[in-house]
Amino acid sequence: MSEGRPVPFRGGGFRPVRIRWAGTAVFVLLVALTEWGTRAGWISNLTLPRPSDVVATLVQLWRSGLLWQHLLPSLARLAVGSMLGVSAGIAVGVMIGLFSLVRAGLVPLVAAIFPIPKIALLPLFVIWFGIDEGSKYALIALGTFTPTVVATYGAVDNVDRTLIRMGQSFGLRWFSIVRKIVLPGALPGILSGLRVSLAIGIILLVAAEMLGAEYGIGAYILEAGSLYDLERLFAGVVILSILGVLTSWAIGVLEHRLLHWRG
Amino acid sequence: MELRLERISHRYDGMTVLEDVSLRIAAGEILCVIGPSGCGKSTLLRLIGGLERPDSGQVLQLGAPPEGCLNPLTFVFQDFALLPWRSVAGNISLVLEDHGIRGRAARAIIDDVLARTRLSDFHAALPRQLSGGMKQRVAIARALAVNPAVLLLDEPLSALDAQTRELLMDDLIDLWQRQRFTGIYVTHNLAEAVRLGHRIAVLSRRPGRLRELVEVPVPMGERRIGDPRLEALQARLWDMMKEEAMAADRELLDV
Repeated sequence: MSEGRPVPFRGGGFRPVRIRWAGTAVFVLLVALTEWGTRAGWISNLTLPRPSDVVATLVQLWRSGLLWQHLLPSLARLAVGSMLGVSAGIAVGVMIGLFSLVRAGLVPLVAAIFPIPKIALLPLFVIWFGIDEGSKYALIALGTFTPTVVATYGAVDNVDRTLIRMGQSFGLRWFSIVRKIVLPGALPGILSGLRVSLAIGIILLVAAEMLGAEYGIGAYILEAGSLYDLERLFAGVVILSILGVLTSWAIGVLEHRLLHWRG
Repeated sequence: MELRLERISHRYDGMTVLEDVSLRIAAGEILCVIGPSGCGKSTLLRLIGGLERPDSGQVLQLGAPPEGCLNPLTFVFQDFALLPWRSVAGNISLVLEDHGIRGRAARAIIDDVLARTRLSDFHAALPRQLSGGMKQRVAIARALAVNPAVLLLDEPLSALDAQTRELLMDDLIDLWQRQRFTGIYVTHNLAEAVRLGHRIAVLSRRPGRLRELVEVPVPMGERRIGDPRLEALQARLWDMMKEEAMAADRELLDV
């Protein structure tokens, strides 16, 4: 046979490709659909608020200065609480990764604490730490602590053992091996754990503020919800989403800077 | 510095991997260790380097390491073991920092070993930017930086392609001729063994015993690819190992 058939292509696929516009497109499409539905009337205004009204509420919130009045205390709580939880979590996670005794003692404890809905403990925290900021910090700290521990010791476990053996073979001190080989090697895993931890932190922030807070995004949402003020409820939700996107973006920047060696 | 291995035996989970191995490695000599897979060659090297403790027998260092030696027994690993987050220079500086060598002193050592491994242009490159052969040359430069008394090479060329392997073999011979280091070179590649070894220790399959100690009759400087004396020796080694290699290949691992 002189003329052949071309070999059919059957490779390709199974590989994420970066498409920038798709995320925005889905978002814009959903908002546009809701706007159209609420204006045309096939979405009743008890089902969903009109997106343009939500935007107007946000603008008003900004103009009146109430936005900062609610946002700043929330940000402070998130920052303090998650800072406490994440730093304690990294410390405990590294200890679990390095010492078998700590691992044997604490892993079951962490496994026992992890699935407890921390919100359920809020009344207890109020008794322990007081009704004001203390209990909110504690709630967010405990909520971010457990996922950080799990991510950190997993990351330490996954550090390439041949690198550690190399360090030993060159006579590096134990502390040098931890500081120069184990910690940098665990950093990618710790940072991706941080994404999860901070998202949980935002969830718990709102939960904490729903109980006894005058100002804060959570208090704002709770108040709007009890009045069935959907525009303000959604305005609060939008702020939370933006907060989530921003923290995720900040971790992305951190990863880019600290993990540039991964290429 | 010389090394003496006295009746080394070692077992993992009740399975004997090394039995009664005694060897003597003279200063300035490269001893190649070959044997079928799973015969405990790499274990032997880790025992010599103090990364594992033998169940019985001992490894003795005879004589003092040379002056300025920071790490007498220094490994070169098969998978390079470079820190991916440190540059070439940073990877070498890693093994100097704990000895308090920093700044200008470190810089001088790093420049010297990079020049000796012809890597001077790459001191700021990250490992991921380098080819396999370059990575292994960085690892060799790092090993040279601590001025070792004995180099322990654990299949250093096995992760590289055939051409890179040839180039690096020439590099290693070059380095040895300029400064005669003592080396223990574990490999499963007979061509590497006859090119780089002064003597070749042949281990039997598991449990690894010392089967034979063969002298390579050609001086290091005269060895070329296709040298009939080396080829004949390689064929002889292969005859010696063939059946055991086949038997080792049929063994189940981790039973």
